[in-house]
Amino acid sequence: MVNPAWKFTAAEIAEKPELFTSGHRACAGCGPAIALRLVMKATRGPTIATNATGCMEVVSTIYPYTAWKVPWIHTAFENAAANASGIEAALNAMRRKGKLQTHVDVIAFAGDGGTFDIGLQALSGAAERGHDFLYVLYDNEAYMNTGIQRSGGTPYGASTTTSPAGDLIPGKTQFKKPIADIMVAHDIPYVATASIAYWQDLLIKARKGLEAEGPAFLHVFAPCPRGWRYDTSKTVELARLAVETCTFPLWEAVDSEYILSPQSKIIALKPETKKPVREYLKMQRRFSHLFKPRYGHMIDDVQRSIDKRWNKLLKKCNILPRE
Amino acid sequence: MEITQEQKAFALNGDEAIALAIKQSDVDVVAAYPITPQTIIVEKFSEYVADGEVDTEFVCTESEHSALTACLAASATGVRTFTASASAGLALMHEILYVTAGCRAPVVMAVTNRALSAPINIHCDHSDSMVERDSSWIQIYVENSQEAYDSIIQAFRVAEHPDVLLPVMVCLDAFFLSHTLENVQVLPDETVQKFVGERSIPLVTGHEGKNVPFKLDPANPLTIGPLDLYDYYFEHKRQQEEAMQMAASTIVQVHDEYGQLSGRRYGNGLVDAYRLEDADIATVCVGSTAGTTKSVVDTLRAKGVKAGLLRLRTFRPLPIAEIRNSLETVEAVAVMDRSNSFGGNGGPIYHEIRHALFDAQARPHVVNYIYGLGGRDMPQSIIRNIYTDLQEIRETGQVNSYVQFAGVRE
Repeated sequence: MVNPAWKFTAAEIAEKPELFTSGHRACAGCGPAIALRLVMKATRGPTIATNATGCMEVVSTIYPYTAWKVPWIHTAFENAAANASGIEAALNAMRRKGKLQTHVDVIAFAGDGGTFDIGLQALSGAAERGHDFLYVLYDNEAYMNTGIQRSGGTPYGASTTTSPAGDLIPGKTQFKKPIADIMVAHDIPYVATASIAYWQDLLIKARKGLEAEGPAFLHVFAPCPRGWRYDTSKTVELARLAVETCTFPLWEAVDSEYILSPQSKIIALKPETKKPVREYLKMQRRFSHLFKPRYGHMIDDVQRSIDKRWNKLLKKCNILPRE
Repeated sequence: MEITQEQKAFALNGDEAIALAIKQSDVDVVAAYPITPQTIIVEKFSEYVADGEVDTEFVCTESEHSALTACLAASATGVRTFTASASAGLALMHEILYVTAGCRAPVVMAVTNRALSAPINIHCDHSDSMVERDSSWIQIYVENSQEAYDSIIQAFRVAEHPDVLLPVMVCLDAFFLSHTLENVQVLPDETVQKFVGERSIPLVTGHEGKNVPFKLDPANPLTIGPLDLYDYYFEHKRQQEEAMQMAASTIVQVHDEYGQLSGRRYGNGLVDAYRLEDADIATVCVGSTAGTTKSVVDTLRAKGVKAGLLRLRTFRPLPIAEIRNSLETVEAVAVMDRSNSFGGNGGPIYHEIRHALFDAQARPHVVNYIYGLGGRDMPQSIIRNIYTDLQEIRETGQVNSYVQFAGVRE
């Protein structure tokens, strides 16, 4: 499925015009802004973008300014996939009536709140109906725009403003929803996870999602220095560590068949290179309470959960024997 | 006869009449979710799609919220769109109603007026659309299925008019209209297509300083629906109010043009006055109750009672001058509301009629009857009693009760 023409070399990418331009008002070290810039670098022609309410909508379009060089629409929080459905339907109608000759790609962007939680229904509906669009989830693991509230994408143990680490409750006590697996279960043509730390992999996956005929879902891991409480220079480092610890493994599911991506496959083949999650957690102050003796056992909980999900993934990818 | 087009009569219920109007109006995208009693509209339209009678893109969404979102996004992409809903479905759309108007997307929607829960009830009242009167949607309430058909066709011209660019709700009474067969005069397909025409897209100054079509167009990128704070939001809301004011004259003009084509007129398109010229007493209502009321008015007139009726066809924009002109010489007015503003001392139409009459030269007595909630029938007998009350008010100059419930068990 990978076209050898999509080399996406650094030189090539540097020359490609910025469709998500600089000048937007994202924070220093913003992971989602990197994600959007990269995805827009992977576009292949005329494109219409839509955005759920959230950080990226807010930072990129304060009227009368815009960071978008493609037509772009925001309508509400829970309906990015419904926006994409309507745009795609309009394009189909225009094509059928001979009013549109070219192909136009449709990309929907939404954060974890707009995807795991409030936007899940619209996303599931659009996937079931089979609209031809790429849905990009930029996952910074909480409602950052409204001030770091927990979402269905917030990991176990994380302290947020609505799951604060207190004297009784040690941050979020639930695990992260396996959203990408839920999308694979919709039997759509293409689902992938990607990380802003591996830009080439992300670009190829974004392009594959656009090439796929039908709904495609790209789950991009995008750290947030404000919400995760780390130095703004560490965004890419943290994103990489999430892959190296198997906290956020990279994979694709093409027609629901799981394939491990190179960065995670190396770890699968050399399990001794898998880093302990402690290294990843200790870089972020949202987890700092876990390093107090009282909650120390929770780091083991996190590690066990990661190991369990990782092994499950390896089975799906036929690297470990399926049960 | 001014009818310029040959028309055929079909036995259609209100929902079928609307589906047929949509079929003839060259609609590009229909997105909808089923809810009783709107379902026939969408079912009938699905048959047109299945039989290849239309080349519309039909999207069966997983909720009304997504249905209206899809229409809004499709409309923003530059095509003509339609949806239909009622009751809880319209309430679920509430958020996107405001967004649709704010994005100036000329979506047309049929609302089969149905009571809101709880208790759950599938029958007619106007509480679902009345609560949306501030959403910046144009609201037209029809009296019969013929008017439903005619109004849907007119709605596209009004919504898409460059001076307006606001969405339109055409509201019809659940079951009384949606499910009741009527003879509906139907214009030829070509005539309707010619009347509605192609959707015109106005030019706007884009963020790159060029004049570009107001739509999502890869050749001319626009940002639609941006974050808009205290430095511009207020002006944009003011523009919506100006568009609403422009809508009034556009409704009249489009209604008149359609009248020349079809021979059918509903007052001036905004208000439909019935035997009001010399009336001493009058009722005001929207929707199918007007038909029953006209019959009562005729009976009273035959007995020498100078009774009249003002039917509001357009509720948004509120035709305030027409209301004042029609009612200021009447001595006692009863407003019949098929919805209630709980704790608000009367229904929404009552409030607005009183507001319109406040500056009248001779201010009539204005009373309110809340009726027909949850589909409770409004028989002639109750309407006659209302006129009797009005006669008493006129004679005595005394109002015993300003707001009453008519036809309810006390």
